[in-house]
Amino acid sequence: MTSPAQNHAGKRLRALSAALYRHPRAQLGLLLAAPLGWLVIAYLGSLALFLITSLWSVDAKTGNLVTELTLKNYVTVATTEVYRTIAIRTVVMAALVTITTVVIAFPIAFYMARLASSRTRGILVVSILLPLWSGYLVKVYAWRLILSQNGVLNGVLEPFGLNGPGYSDVAVWLVETYLWLPYMIVPIYAGLERIPSSLLEASSDLGGRALLTFRRVVLPLALPAVLAGSIFTFSLTLGDYITPTLVSNTKFIGNVVYDFVGVAGNQPLAAAFAMVPVTIMLVYLFIARRLGAFEAL
Amino acid sequence: MLLPRGLRIALRIASAATLAFIYAPIGIIVLYSFNAARVATWPISGLTLDWYARALGNAGIRNALLTSLEAAVGATVVALILGSLVAFAVQRHAFFGRQTLSFVVVLPLALPGIVTGLALNSAFRTLGFDFGLFTIVVGHATFCVVVVFNNVVARLRRTARTAEEASMDLGADTFTTFRRITFPAIRSALLAGALLAFALSFDEIIVTNFTAGAGTQTLPLWIFTNFQRPNNLPLVNVAAVFVLVLSIVPVYVASRLTSGTESTGRT
Repeated sequence: MTSPAQNHAGKRLRALSAALYRHPRAQLGLLLAAPLGWLVIAYLGSLALFLITSLWSVDAKTGNLVTELTLKNYVTVATTEVYRTIAIRTVVMAALVTITTVVIAFPIAFYMARLASSRTRGILVVSILLPLWSGYLVKVYAWRLILSQNGVLNGVLEPFGLNGPGYSDVAVWLVETYLWLPYMIVPIYAGLERIPSSLLEASSDLGGRALLTFRRVVLPLALPAVLAGSIFTFSLTLGDYITPTLVSNTKFIGNVVYDFVGVAGNQPLAAAFAMVPVTIMLVYLFIARRLGAFEAL
Repeated sequence: MLLPRGLRIALRIASAATLAFIYAPIGIIVLYSFNAARVATWPISGLTLDWYARALGNAGIRNALLTSLEAAVGATVVALILGSLVAFAVQRHAFFGRQTLSFVVVLPLALPGIVTGLALNSAFRTLGFDFGLFTIVVGHATFCVVVVFNNVVARLRRTARTAEEASMDLGADTFTTFRRITFPAIRSALLAGALLAFALSFDEIIVTNFTAGAGTQTLPLWIFTNFQRPNNLPLVNVAAVFVLVLSIVPVYVASRLTSGTESTGRT
């Protein structure tokens, strides 16, 4: 039995439901109000503010924000030798990491897409996705222990008279490669899986050996997938300030930006320097889209 | 495709080696958390559960763990609501700027984390918000929306609307249809999205570092401020295992829920 009050409420709910059905625009408005408020106003607003902040400055004497627009910060970033060196170092690192992940990702992605049984493939996909999603800081920290003076790597290499890289640029390269490898494996795997078997068979029917087929058929078709993966490996390396802090003594763009905010309290300069990876990524995304990487995402 | 036997074996070995490379450091950190010695030398000197007991008794770790849980639950709830709303709007309606909206949802994950962190940091400062749990939740929710969105959109795309239409033809209103038909169809996608959002929030540090302020510490932040103190090393190892387990288990469950049919990838 429903009470009259419940009944009344039920009627109003039904009327509302009918009204919403008749006015899909109102329905859309209700759906979008909160997300637009959050993502467009709050998030995009923050990004816009960030852009504007880069044009502000900090009063050297008082440490207060001066909201007069100036290109001073950009000039500082562009003309200071050490910032240029750090920017170049970071971009080179991102490129090296990207290339290394492609080389390591290809064999396992190919195995998953083309050779593994569907059961093995399922297990492998989950095994790659788990570390992709979780434990970023924990993994960097694990490497810090592994690479330490008396750590695992030196312990394993010692009998062969070898030494690990210690905390260095090589360590950053190794750890970034490790961290972002799954982001490269997943798109390449998906890309290789999409290649029709008939193409590979045609190539081998026409006399193409495995290596030739790989170079002339598989590689060109997998290129958009590689580019898709490289968007992640490149962007993630450019912005990472945790890894260099834990496994090296070198500064990368992220570290300098972080220090500008924390140690120096200079938000405007931090924002201006952070525009370097943003600009690089925008150019990168533009080129990647031209080359068809977005379809492979 | 026919591959020479040697090449097939080589690919198999390379795959196994890659998996070992991915999982070895994770295994090592777990092993070190049971290490009897205070220092992380190799090989380890013995096994103990002592550090787990001490970590659980450590007020700093306990508070940080609690903050992390609160932040992750808060971010997950916000992401669930916003992500599903956007998913329904994008999947069920045609409107101006639909493509752009899908892009904006992905943006917080596509941009380097330091940019999102810095942008939010500037905004909070300018608007005069106090840094703390609230600002952490705002930051996390912003990049968690996309995972719920992805899962729900993928599910809606695969769910035929005929069942909903039948329900309405039989006299059910929008709300009853949603409760009885639509919601059960997307329930597991919502759960998977929520688990991924939780995991993403729980081990986040790059954005958190900019949105937490001085007084509030999540577990990853606790690790970040203690990793250089030799005295705390064994506790950091245990805290790392806590973070690892609480982020990897939800992801595993989520991947079982969607069992490979939906996007667990980041885009």
